[in-house]
Amino acid sequence: MESILELRGLVKHFAGHRAVDGISLAIPRGGFYSLLGPSGCGKTTTLRLIAGFEQPTAGDVLLDGVVVNEQRPYQRNVSTVFQNYALFPHLTAAENIAFGLKRRGTPNISHRVAAALDLVRLSGKESRYPAQLSGGERQRVALARSLVLEPEVLLLDEPLAALDPKLRKQMRLELKEMQRRVGITFLLVTHDQEEALSMSDQLAVMNAGAIEQVGTPQDVYLRPSTRFVAGFLGAVNWIGGVGLRPEVTRISRLLPSNGGRYRPATVTGSVFLGNCVHVLTRLDSGEDAVAEIPRNNGAYHDGEAIHLCWNPSDEMIFP
Amino acid sequence: MKTAAGWERLRAWFLLPAWIWMLALFAAPFAIVICYSLLTRGAYGGLGTPWTWENYQRLIDPLYLVIVLKSFLMAAETTAICLLLGFPLALFISRAGSRKNVYLQLVILPFWTSFLVRIYAWLFLLRDTGLINTALRHMGLIHDPLPLLYNDGAVLLGLVYGYLPFMVLPVYATLERLDPALVEAAADLGAKPWPTLLHVILPLSAPGIRAGSILVFIPALGAYLTPDLLGGGRTVLIGNLVQNQFTNARDWPFGAAISVGLMALVGVLVILMLRREREGLV
Amino acid sequence: MRRWLGLYAAAVYAFLHVPLVILAIFSFNASRFTVWQGFSLHWYRAIFQDQQLAESTWNSVIIAVVATILSTIAGTLCAYGLWKRGSALLSGSLYLSLVTPEIVMGISLLALFQWSFRWMHWRLGLYTVILAHVAFSIAYVVIVIAARLRTFSPSLEEAALDLGATEWQAFRYVTLPALLPGIVAAALLALTVSFDDYVITSMVAGVDSETLPMVIYAMARRGASPVINAISALIVVVFGTLVLISEKVRAA
Repeated sequence: MESILELRGLVKHFAGHRAVDGISLAIPRGGFYSLLGPSGCGKTTTLRLIAGFEQPTAGDVLLDGVVVNEQRPYQRNVSTVFQNYALFPHLTAAENIAFGLKRRGTPNISHRVAAALDLVRLSGKESRYPAQLSGGERQRVALARSLVLEPEVLLLDEPLAALDPKLRKQMRLELKEMQRRVGITFLLVTHDQEEALSMSDQLAVMNAGAIEQVGTPQDVYLRPSTRFVAGFLGAVNWIGGVGLRPEVTRISRLLPSNGGRYRPATVTGSVFLGNCVHVLTRLDSGEDAVAEIPRNNGAYHDGEAIHLCWNPSDEMIFP
Repeated sequence: MKTAAGWERLRAWFLLPAWIWMLALFAAPFAIVICYSLLTRGAYGGLGTPWTWENYQRLIDPLYLVIVLKSFLMAAETTAICLLLGFPLALFISRAGSRKNVYLQLVILPFWTSFLVRIYAWLFLLRDTGLINTALRHMGLIHDPLPLLYNDGAVLLGLVYGYLPFMVLPVYATLERLDPALVEAAADLGAKPWPTLLHVILPLSAPGIRAGSILVFIPALGAYLTPDLLGGGRTVLIGNLVQNQFTNARDWPFGAAISVGLMALVGVLVILMLRREREGLV
Repeated sequence: MRRWLGLYAAAVYAFLHVPLVILAIFSFNASRFTVWQGFSLHWYRAIFQDQQLAESTWNSVIIAVVATILSTIAGTLCAYGLWKRGSALLSGSLYLSLVTPEIVMGISLLALFQWSFRWMHWRLGLYTVILAHVAFSIAYVVIVIAARLRTFSPSLEEAALDLGATEWQAFRYVTLPALLPGIVAAALLALTVSFDDYVITSMVAGVDSETLPMVIYAMARRGASPVINAISALIVVVFGTLVLISEKVRAA
């Protein structure tokens, strides 16, 4: 089988609420895959269906070609890193990591635990209890605990949400690096588009229980297939039914002459963001648009009449 | 919590002992009591076969109705006094900041140390040769001992003493959950302490007051030990009446009927309270 | 307002505690009358020489320990099962058993035993008291454990399943350790409730199964004696300590 994990027409209803409404997905072996979507879109429910904590109302979950709908979580060879890490408070880091191995009766437990601690760079902290570890350290224990079991797929439920912003950026690189090293398929669930874009080889954008688009980060960002995907992955200027990213929307005081499209607009404000400037404008046709310009491109004053211009190839058009 | 097949099996096994308890030691005894209440008293105090409603009819007899009414009254008085005494205490504890737990322990502690001992403490204080009378006589304030014991007042005192914590704890629990912002908002809108208490705090503590009242009223209604020891046989409440039927009077069917009546009362009160809780959404 | 509230609270606390303190003080009174006539340990010595007290205390201990073991196990499993999925019938019964007046519980258990004695030629004894104690303590255990479970995160059990544990193993290796403080607290509670019970015990005890509360009751009925003061003081200290330990453990 090509894909390690496959979802076929997966449906999950809760009382009167369709959390997952017919999802089909094929996740290839060995990569970093993400499920991206706003809260309530059903991505966590999908994850729980894969892990076995929920039973599908309809449809199938296939692991390595085998339908696993009936299998309990402890029978499936997938492992979950929970959002709050769910570390067992009465066990040390090492004992937490050893937990799954003990249940399986694997030999050489201490050896494997040491290797796992090494992998997540926590050697030396094995006798610490979760309460004595920092947020980042707890996350690494959770990772080690799951990875030591060598699952076919590692499921991560918003693993970076509980970390503070600086740590988050650093962990993104670490997670990506870890996946490459270990070679296990990672499936990440998140609502943070930056996270999904920076870490994934492929991602699926979900909304209201369904998948709107599947593709590489470049695909979904540059060539979104629906308005929702466009709007969720980044900011969008909607000008006359066409979508434009602020970074491809330029400002000119003079009429451009290079064959691009343009529209007249008035500057309504300016926001200095440190690495760039967002100029807020209102078009003559009434729409609001934001142009992202380099910070040393001069200042635009409120009320100034300017032109917004862009390349036709940067337009995002939806049926 | 949602469960799947594996959990269901575990749960079924785990609940088995409790089900056995429920059927054998809770439902069965009550069923038997109900049966007994419909039988007749045998020649030597046992049970005889003629099935009859007679025992329930006897309950309507003014002789016994008086006792029922008196028990109701006592229980109501106990509840009212416990509320009056207990609410300010609960309020105090809820505002005690870091020492809340200590103050709470001070309320719980006496309660858990032997009910019997606590009643005896009042016996020690109140009897004719008890501490209070002895002290008063020594100080020359009285000549003959005051009849502090073996009357309704002593029983009421004992009941309040015994059940006060049952009122304090639920009321405290509700007050504790009270959003302090509400009190601040009242002050902000111009309310002084007393009106705030009356119009904001009191209504919002209603669930706790209801819970505490039930937890005091019901045991007080069925009290046996307190009226027995502190009332000395002069204060006869429902509990004493029942106990008497099963020991001295040897009239089990009648005693059973009284018990069924009492349980019916208790059942009604409990249902009323549970309904209120559900409606209250608190 | 605060000042008044504080004063008031002090008064109520005095009301609650002073009677017991006085009781304890007079247990050291050399005289048997309520006039203080010097410090003495006479009454405490009398306790330890009393055969009846010794036997009844021993009975109370046995009953309390056995009943506690049984009710703690049954109650813990019950609380856990109800946490998974509630049962209105069971919860209702447990709640009802808490509010049922003791005398009613006593006579109904007596009725049960006497009825069953028709088929089996047995009599009232220690075992009937033990069964009765289990009957009324289960609800207390369930309450304590249920409260503890409310703060327990279900994701821990899910993590256990995820890592390969079966449902039973998840309970045994993850949930049970977390519940242990609560179980200890519940057991201590059941212990004190059982040890102190008079009403229900007096109804279902056999001739040879006199308990300490029964002896105390008989003594109190006969007349005041400083011996009771001494016993009371000891009981208060022992129970009080158990309760404090229980609260400390529960807070852990």
